[in-house]
Amino acid sequence: MDTFHGLLTSIVFVPMMGALIIGVLIKDPVKVKALATLTVLINLLLSTIVFIQFNPNAPERFQLVDKFHWFSSSAFTAQYQMGVDGLSAPLVLLTGLLSVCAVLVSWNINIRVKEYFIWILILQTSVMGVFVSLDFIMFFVFWELELIPMYFLISIWGTGRKRYSAMKFLVFTFLGSAFMLIGIITLLLAPNIAGGDLAKLAEVGTSGAVTIIPMQLVFWLFFLGFAIKLPIVPVHTWLPDAHTDAPTAVSIMLAGVLLKMGGYGLLRISIGMFPEIAQGYALELTILAVITILYAAIITLKQTDLKRLIAYSSVSHMGLVLLGIGSIGTSGGGFATIGLTGAAMQLFTHGTITGLLFLSVGVIYEKTHTRYIPDLGGLASRMPLVTICFMIGGLASLGLPGMSGFVAEALVFLGAFKSFPILTGLGAFAIVIAAGYILWMIERVLFGNKKDRFESVTDGHLWTNVVPMTLLVITILGIGVYPSILTRVFEAGIQPIGALFS
Amino acid sequence: MTLHDVYILSPEISMVALAIIVIGVDITTRHKGMLSLISLIGLAIPITLTILLWDDIDTNGNLIGIFNSITLTTFSLYFKLLILTITFLVIMASGDLPESLRKLKAEFIGLILLSASGMMLLAGVTEFISIYLSIELSTLPLIALSAFLMTSRSSEAGIKFLVLSGISSAILLYGMLIIYGITGTTYLNEISSVIQESSILDKPFGNTSMMLGIILIIAGIGFKVSAVPFHMWVPDVYEGAPTHLIAFLSVASKSIGFAILLKILYIAFPFFENDWSTLFAIMAVASMSIGNIVAMTQTDMKRMLGYSGIAHAGYIMVGIASITSGAQHGGETSGPSSVLFYLAAYSASNLAAFFIIATISNYTKSHKIDDLAGMWHRSPLLSLVLLISLISLIGLPPTGLFIGKIFLFTAAIQSNLTWLAIAGVINSVISTYYYLKPVRVMFMSESINVEPARLRIIPTAAIVITGIIIVALGIAPQILTSFSDISGTSILPLH
Repeated sequence: MDTFHGLLTSIVFVPMMGALIIGVLIKDPVKVKALATLTVLINLLLSTIVFIQFNPNAPERFQLVDKFHWFSSSAFTAQYQMGVDGLSAPLVLLTGLLSVCAVLVSWNINIRVKEYFIWILILQTSVMGVFVSLDFIMFFVFWELELIPMYFLISIWGTGRKRYSAMKFLVFTFLGSAFMLIGIITLLLAPNIAGGDLAKLAEVGTSGAVTIIPMQLVFWLFFLGFAIKLPIVPVHTWLPDAHTDAPTAVSIMLAGVLLKMGGYGLLRISIGMFPEIAQGYALELTILAVITILYAAIITLKQTDLKRLIAYSSVSHMGLVLLGIGSIGTSGGGFATIGLTGAAMQLFTHGTITGLLFLSVGVIYEKTHTRYIPDLGGLASRMPLVTICFMIGGLASLGLPGMSGFVAEALVFLGAFKSFPILTGLGAFAIVIAAGYILWMIERVLFGNKKDRFESVTDGHLWTNVVPMTLLVITILGIGVYPSILTRVFEAGIQPIGALFS
Repeated sequence: MTLHDVYILSPEISMVALAIIVIGVDITTRHKGMLSLISLIGLAIPITLTILLWDDIDTNGNLIGIFNSITLTTFSLYFKLLILTITFLVIMASGDLPESLRKLKAEFIGLILLSASGMMLLAGVTEFISIYLSIELSTLPLIALSAFLMTSRSSEAGIKFLVLSGISSAILLYGMLIIYGITGTTYLNEISSVIQESSILDKPFGNTSMMLGIILIIAGIGFKVSAVPFHMWVPDVYEGAPTHLIAFLSVASKSIGFAILLKILYIAFPFFENDWSTLFAIMAVASMSIGNIVAMTQTDMKRMLGYSGIAHAGYIMVGIASITSGAQHGGETSGPSSVLFYLAAYSASNLAAFFIIATISNYTKSHKIDDLAGMWHRSPLLSLVLLISLISLIGLPPTGLFIGKIFLFTAAIQSNLTWLAIAGVINSVISTYYYLKPVRVMFMSESINVEPARLRIIPTAAIVITGIIIVALGIAPQILTSFSDISGTSILPLH
């Protein structure tokens, strides 16, 4: 049954078209930047339309579906299938939003401008593709497509040991996805389930699938792929390196949306399609989550590089996503739905919060030429705008009520507490540590003694920084004050998954 | 020889005729540029004839001729078309032959055409003696060509290639002899019926002498496809011989080697499939791992691609090891079909890489990876296609080998060889390290020499075409799967 709505297809391929036009037609750097900005703005508009058009109360779970036959071999058939549900629609919006931020802050890029924006736009295509794909092969194509742009972006426009970090990122992610491929093929070959159709699999699940290797193994193959991407301790080591050495815009994309691919995969595939197996391993997953949360939080405390600090705090916060998933440990009572909604919320809010933090760090680095915390200090009076953003991001990050982070974390702990009270309690301790490292960081960077050599440092008030900052601040505060604009949609997506554990 | 035989052989006959015409024209004219034009236009004839034959087979079934030694199936014609396409592209690219070879262009094109005609014969023959003769016909011109540069490196490559392919032919012939001694026939299909009747199926490969024969045959062909442990000649020959020749050798020879391997295994020895499946699974892991690991240490682009070719032979053997009887869910294996798809995608990717090295080394006079520095500034087009080709060789989207690898690993998992598929994906990850080395140098290292490269139209067109094929196979694999599936399944027994 072929259907074609076209909206999601254009969302995925508009950035690619933009990249092509830039590559073929445009030489002037300013025009390149302008066109890239136009492209992401169009895409933000389209993703907002998707978010608004998505109807959480409609009977169809997947909406705006584009579907036709792509190719088939003697062993399996691959569909071109795209669609959004309550889980992916907000993530599409998030990607649209952060891409605008990433492109705008990149206006200060002056070397190899054309290539840079081409890679950024291709990156956006791949991430969008992951979130809207409803076919295993397509999902995998977009999942892998992101590697090469990221490799180039980090290793050309990065700083420090950029080539090492880029390679490390690529090898880790590729290794994870390689195992995932084995899992995907195994499921494709199972004769009695829906093949590669993610929409059908989301409904019928994979229980009872006759696969060549045990389903438990398939579950772990997928889990490994997503865990590396999320990332979970001990496979997180690529992330601090990649973040530290990436240019600002790439850090925003990496922390803001690329990590979310891992969380999205966990929710959609690991939990949504292997509910019984996942529930059986709920304890193990929760232990991993708590280790990740605490270990990363403690490591964060002693970081002296601003970007590295935020990178490690990201690892800790992504551990919360897995903790939310741990709520599937108990059936009934709707705790699974609460916890999973919290996990999904965490994906969105962390995206905006870290986006804002990396943006602020980017400006600080640009003006002071250092990210080494002991060298910084007393910036508050010189950079009031950055200070405000940094504080909003920081406070949201430590889960202050009234900001978006609080909603997500509260739901996560609420959901997980019923299943694993002690572990959840341990995990919740990370909030205390988070308060520690965030406030300490703010104190050391923004307040404290004024340093003489930062006398001439100012905000600069470049519109390319101000616009994304404003966008993100509005989103963070907006969700904090009125969370149901988001939870309403996420719940529509999580409800069917949570119902598997009722 | 009847008219029917001539009809069956018509593509090969026209190829040989074309080779003779090219060499003849060379004697009468001084315009070397004419030669590629003549051969490119001339190639339209065998291509058309092959397509006509395909059409005939599609409607009327397989064609058998020349004392039953040739059986034309869609499988054979798929390979004929593949070889013809490769030949066409290589001749297009030969406009960029290095200075020292320009005056020998007629010989280059003529010998390539002759070798290609031998390979096309190989795709069709189903009898040991014809197989042996066709292999010799396809290899000897290549040996001559590898010494063509007249440098000491090139001569070394020629001698090495000559000696080793002589030895491998001898081994192959000895294997065939043993099989003939046991079964009393040289026809592949008769061998299988003799084996079936003689109920000697309890030991691996029937009995010890049968095992020896089969293993010798596999060893002999293993040289052609550069599978471990028969790969020693590859790096030196790749490094020393002319790049355009290596482009042809690395894909055409390999493709046809696997074609003949599949044919012998599936037509003559289907009853031993569990035995040779195990053997190829082991060889696959060895080839992939050794190829990829040694490639990491290479500093010469051609040597690196040589080792990468060994690794890819390993991937392809994953497809050969994937047999029907291992399949758990019933249904036939997609092993041969996936091998066919993979070979085409691999050919495009490897040709692109070698063509670009050939063109660029006309300027840099070097094949070192480090000398690619600044290439991005000198020729964005070539850098871009080389990037696409290397991405394809890694196995990342949106390229042909990405889909090809999915097909291969699907076949392996289908045949209950999940461990082999896992070995394959891990090897793909390892390979990123060395495939990205030239990318790094090309796009990120600065160079003093940044004057734009002047590109000739026809060789550049060949490069662009290979690049387009790579991406097209990645985005719309259906254009090839519809053929490779029919051809691949046509070789399976009981079909």
